[in-house]
Amino acid sequence: MNSHLSGSAGVPPAVSRASRPRLGLLVLTSVLLISLPGAAQDWIRTGTGLGVEKVRLAVPEFKASTPDPRNPDLLKTFNDTLWNDLDNAGIFDMVSKSFFPLAAPGSPNEVKFDAWSEPPPNASMLAFGNLGTAANTLTVQGWLYDVKNISSPQVLGKQYTDAATADAARTTAHKFANEIIFRLGGGIAGITESRIFFVSSRSSHKEAWVMDYDGANQHQVTHQASISLSPRISPDGSRLAFSSMTGGGWDILMYSMDLNRLVTFPRFGGTNLSPAWTPDGTKLAFSSSRSGAPELYVVDASGANLKRLTSSRGPDVSPVWNRKTGAQLAFVSGRTGLPQIYLMDADGTNLQRVTDEGYAVSPSWSPNGQFLLFSWIRHYGPGAPGAQDIYIMDVASKQWVQLTHDGGRNDFPSWSPDGRHVIFQSSRSGSEQIWTMLADGTNQKQLTTAGSNTQPNWSWK
Amino acid sequence: MKQPKLKWAMLVFALGAVMMLGACKKKVAPPPPPPPPPPAAPTASLTANPNTIEKGQSTSLTWQTTNATDVSIDGIGAVQASGSQQVTPADSTTYHLMAKGAGGTQEATARVTVTTPPPPPPPPSATEEELFAQNVRDVFFDYDKSDIRADQQAALQGDIDFLKQHPNINFTVQGHCDERGSTEYNLALGDSRAGAVKNALVQGGVAASRIKTISYGKEKPFCTESNEECWQQNRRGHFVYQK
Repeated sequence: MNSHLSGSAGVPPAVSRASRPRLGLLVLTSVLLISLPGAAQDWIRTGTGLGVEKVRLAVPEFKASTPDPRNPDLLKTFNDTLWNDLDNAGIFDMVSKSFFPLAAPGSPNEVKFDAWSEPPPNASMLAFGNLGTAANTLTVQGWLYDVKNISSPQVLGKQYTDAATADAARTTAHKFANEIIFRLGGGIAGITESRIFFVSSRSSHKEAWVMDYDGANQHQVTHQASISLSPRISPDGSRLAFSSMTGGGWDILMYSMDLNRLVTFPRFGGTNLSPAWTPDGTKLAFSSSRSGAPELYVVDASGANLKRLTSSRGPDVSPVWNRKTGAQLAFVSGRTGLPQIYLMDADGTNLQRVTDEGYAVSPSWSPNGQFLLFSWIRHYGPGAPGAQDIYIMDVASKQWVQLTHDGGRNDFPSWSPDGRHVIFQSSRSGSEQIWTMLADGTNQKQLTTAGSNTQPNWSWK
Repeated sequence: MKQPKLKWAMLVFALGAVMMLGACKKKVAPPPPPPPPPPAAPTASLTANPNTIEKGQSTSLTWQTTNATDVSIDGIGAVQASGSQQVTPADSTTYHLMAKGAGGTQEATARVTVTTPPPPPPPPSATEEELFAQNVRDVFFDYDKSDIRADQQAALQGDIDFLKQHPNINFTVQGHCDERGSTEYNLALGDSRAGAVKNALVQGGVAASRIKTISYGKEKPFCTESNEECWQQNRRGHFVYQK
């Protein structure tokens, strides 16, 4: 099974080159540290981004280009969003605003190269521009300059027009940020226009909700007035599969994001849970107890051609496909007692167990096919601390690294489309909320606060 | 013999009638003097408001008469020409008012219906639903397990016995889990628990067609504290009567 994993030729170089050898090395280091009695710290920060030189980026606030009184509010929205997007991207060393020269440029002729390229800013790149409203139109001009290349500094020059609303200002900032990230981040598209589906109880029922990747723009998707769980968006973003308690039990339901309503999907009988899309969007794997015990099945996206994949004594649940190849599944099984992570080929053969102790659930396969994220209570039982944390595992070597260390129950990790970020649920703040972090475990931020918010699922693009 | 007699009788009668009529016509009497206007006849009305009461309650009788000199109501006696009075009949009663005057007598009646409050219902024999609630016991599980524990066999056997004695009862077995662990795995585990209870019931002779199963995972806990006592309460196969 390693053959298609080791074929990393198609993997985006920025991720694979940096991570593969390093992960193994750092796992060894961390195991060593844990085993040393009296070690001051029993874990170290590590992950996929370490050792990559981050681009030092200065992002002065955009300036107003018209005298319109709406400009200050729209500028604030735009500037905050742009800064957060670039800061969140995880590939930039953001120049602190306190190092900025007094005069910020609003257009190319105002750029003083030395003031930005030399200390204290010491920036390599400068993103700047202007925003103006006239009538009901918002116009944004943005540039990205390589300030150490004075003869030919322009990397990007963009102009956007949209409605003069806060939403449009935010969307425009996301678009410009995505261009910068794409250009400076090894050709991997940014995630600023991606969305996160999740379960929220804030309507008093557990329903599927959606928000922008940065936590903005949260709104309810389903209105089942029951218990709806495990929302999973299709790769093309057109359909949301989820599991809901209906009159007869738990069924997989299908919601059309285009029609804004449920569309037909067969009811299979029994308890039907945890749908998972193949990367090409043509099939779904899920868990069903239609023939007795909870086993894994695969079915066409239309609901036809139901096939059973597993046959074991314990519950099988939470399948996910290898997002690179679509040829393998990771899933959770209680066939030997406490739930563990297993892998198998798409036809149910080549079964292997990849966790060997504790309570391991909620696998999520990275976009490049190399890594699994999962939630693990590693030392389980009486007297054990029982912390539930997010771990990352290199599928080929089975080596793993712990990503969360900050208490609470951490569960349901889901990869961002660029493979650089992870969304997950954590109870560390006192209630179940959605958090985000970089795939190396750094930069952890809470995105939700209202009600209880769980089971985040990041869109595929 | 009969016919001739009858004919004779009819003839005699006819003749007699002709003679009498003839006599009357001949005698033309003078018109009598106009009689004095007769005294006005009395009027009377009697109502009870309300006209239906429960035993022990009272109602208001109201009456009005005109042209009457002597007004009386049965059971009350002589009363004013008009008036009202509270009465508290023990049983349903028809009140009867008699108004006498120079012009005659007028009567009025009002019916008061006295209902007896329904007696407290006699303790009914227990319904199947109540018997189900009294006799069927939930089955509890060990952590992360879905096999029937030895100490739960007695409860389960009691359930089987009861359910076989009441073959018309249909029911649902809900599988529940404690708050620890993950949402999706707990739903699968709850399904296994409900399935394990169903299998044991079927093996004990309860028809599978009577049993529905559903998993609640950790979505609807019976107890919300984070301790083993509470967790044990939440790890169960819960029986629910199916109406």
